[in-house]
Amino acid sequence: MTEDFRDILKDILDEYLQVPGPLLLVLHAVQRRLGFVPEDAVPYIAERLNLSRAEVHGVVSFYHHFRRAPSGRHRIQVCRAESCQAMGAEHLAQHAQERLGIQFHETTPDGEFSLEPVYCLGNCACSPAVMIDQELFGRVSAERFNALLEALDDDR
Amino acid sequence: MNAVVYVPRDAAALSVGAERVATLIAREAASRGIDLTLKRNGTRGMCWLEPLVEVEIGAERYGYGPVTERDVAGLFAADFLRNGDHALKLGRVDDIPYLASQQRLTFERVGVIEPTSLTDYVEHGGYEGLRHALSMQQHEIVQAVTESGLRGRGGAAFPTGIKWKTVLDTPTQQKYVTCNADEGDSGTFADRMLMEGDPFLLIEGMTIAALAVGATQGYIYLRVEYPHAERALLEAILAAYDAGYLGPDVAGSGRRFDLEVRLGAGAYICGEETSMLESLEGRRGEVRVRPPLPAVKGLFGRPTIVNNVISLASVPIILRRGAEFYRDFGVGRSRGTLPIQLAGNIKRGGLVERAFGLSLRDLLYEYGGGSASGRPIRAVQVGGPLGAYIPASQFDTAIDYEALSGIGALLGHGGVVAFDDTVDMARMARFAMEFCAIESCGKCTPCRIGSTRGVEVIDRIRYGVDREGNLRLLEDLCETMAEGSLCGLGGLTPFPVRSVLRHFRDDFLKPPAR
Repeated sequence: MTEDFRDILKDILDEYLQVPGPLLLVLHAVQRRLGFVPEDAVPYIAERLNLSRAEVHGVVSFYHHFRRAPSGRHRIQVCRAESCQAMGAEHLAQHAQERLGIQFHETTPDGEFSLEPVYCLGNCACSPAVMIDQELFGRVSAERFNALLEALDDDR
Repeated sequence: MNAVVYVPRDAAALSVGAERVATLIAREAASRGIDLTLKRNGTRGMCWLEPLVEVEIGAERYGYGPVTERDVAGLFAADFLRNGDHALKLGRVDDIPYLASQQRLTFERVGVIEPTSLTDYVEHGGYEGLRHALSMQQHEIVQAVTESGLRGRGGAAFPTGIKWKTVLDTPTQQKYVTCNADEGDSGTFADRMLMEGDPFLLIEGMTIAALAVGATQGYIYLRVEYPHAERALLEAILAAYDAGYLGPDVAGSGRRFDLEVRLGAGAYICGEETSMLESLEGRRGEVRVRPPLPAVKGLFGRPTIVNNVISLASVPIILRRGAEFYRDFGVGRSRGTLPIQLAGNIKRGGLVERAFGLSLRDLLYEYGGGSASGRPIRAVQVGGPLGAYIPASQFDTAIDYEALSGIGALLGHGGVVAFDDTVDMARMARFAMEFCAIESCGKCTPCRIGSTRGVEVIDRIRYGVDREGNLRLLEDLCETMAEGSLCGLGGLTPFPVRSVLRHFRDDFLKPPAR
C-alpha cells in the first residue's frame, strides 16, 4: 500500500465510521476515488468497520457495480434488457463488441474503453440505451454509437 | 420581449440531445438580442417527442418537437417564440391527445414545473398534503391512506395503509421510513421520471409517512444507474432542509424527520424489500426470510415502512384532496391511478397515467400508435422481467391487478414492453432464466441453481435434443422455482417462461436464428 492510498482509505473510513450501515457508502467512496476497490483495501476496511475480511469481500463481489480491477478510462454500458432487445439491442451489443474489438467485461488494450452489459438504464421509451461514464444516450443506432465513440476520441 | 422557453433536463430528454438544444437556444437568443429565460423542466412523458421544447405565452405553453440541434436556428427563423409555424409545431401542449386524455394525479407537476424549485412546487399545491397531515392524528393519516385504496406500486400491490398501520402499532423508540427507488425492471421508468421531475413530491410523501407512524429517519435507496435522479433528489433535499420542511422541526410542527439518499450498487435483487434492507445496512443483498415483516422488524431490526417511489408520491394528493377523491378513480380493487410506462418496439413510447382499467389494446394503439417498426405487435411483456408475455389475442385485457392476474400475468410496476413479429419468444424465455441466473442473490437453491438449469434445458429444446422430454422438464422446473423460491425473483421467473410455453410454444420447436 502506498502512502497516498492509505491516506485516502483512512479519510474515507474516518468520514463514514459513525454512519449506520456504512459499508456500501465506504465502497462507493473508494471506487469514486480510486476507480475500483483494490484487494489491498479489504483488510483495512474490515478492521476499521469491525467486520471480517470475508464479509467485506462478500459485499464487494456481490454487487455488479463494484470493480476489483481498474477499468478503462471510459466505461461503456450497453443495455441488454427486454425493452432495448425489442429495439435491436442485441445487434447493438454485437456491433459494440466488434467496433471496440473486445467482449463484454473486457477493456481495450490501450486502456481507453471498458464494455459492460447493464440490465435497464430506465430509458426504455428511447430504446436502445447506452451509458458512457455518467452520461445517458437513447435511440442508439450503430452509427450513433460510432459517433459517440468518436466524440470521446476527440476529447483525448 | 421577454420569452420563456422550457427544455427538459430529464435523463431521457438529455439522452437524445436536450442539453445541446438548450445551449443552442440560449446562444441563438443572445445573438439575436432576445431576452430569453430558459427553464429546465422534467419530461411530460411523451418520450418520442423529446427533446420537447415549450414556449410560454401568457398562461399557455406551446410545443415543438422532437427538436434536434439542427432545428434551433430554423425555429427562431419561424418565430417559434410567438408560436410561429414550423414543421415541428405541436400546438398547445395540454391539447396533445396523448397528454390531454390522461388523468395525471401523481404526475400532475412533472414536466410542468422546474423540479428543484421549492417555490414552483409550493405554488402548484406542493406541501398542502403535509399541512393537512399536520392537523390530523397519526391514526387518521393512516386511515386516509387505507381508505384511498392505495396499493403498493412497486409490484406487490400490498395495501399501503395496512403496512403503515402495522408500523404505527408496533411500539419502539426508533422507526424508519424507507423508499425503494431501485427501479430495475426493464420497461419501467416512472420512478426515475418522478424523482427527476418532481423530487419534492417524494420528499413530502415520505415526510407524511414518517409523521403517520412516528419515524424520525428516512432513507431513499436509489439505484446507482440513476445519476440524474440522484442529483435532483440531493438538490431538493437540501432545499427542503433550508426551508424547514426537513430536520428537527418539520414545517414548524416540532416533529423531526431526517432524510438521506443511499445508493445501490447494481443488484436487481435489491428491489426486493428485505434484500434492500440488507443492502441499506451495508451487507450483501440477500433476501430475508419473512416473517418477521419489515413493518415489525425491518431496518436495523426496527419497524420500517418500505414503499416504492410511486406509492409514497401518491400520498400527498390523498391527504390534499381526500381519500375519496383518489379512490373514485379506478375499478374493482384497483383504486386510483397507475402511471403506465410504454416502451420497447412502440411508435409513441412514454408515460401514461390513467385510472386503472384501460385496455392493453387502447394503450398500444391509441397511445402507442402501434409498433415503431410498423410490423404487427406480437407480444407485450407487462410487469418487467418477471412478468408474463401476453399475446395479441389477449390485448383486450384491462390493465388492473385482478384482470391481469386472471390471465396468468401480473401488473408489477406498470411497465409494458412491446415486441413486433420478428421476436423469437423462445429466446425471450431463455433470457428470463438467464437474467434470473445473473441476478439471483444465491440464498435459495431453486432460484440460484434452477435458473442456470433453466437456460440449459431451454437450449436443449431449441437445439432439438429430446424436445418433448425437455419441455416436460422445463414445466417441472418452473413449478419447483415458483413453489420453492424465497422471494419473487426465483418465484416469478416462471411467469415469462410459462407464458411463452402457453402462448408461443411453436417458437420452441424451431431452431434459433443464430
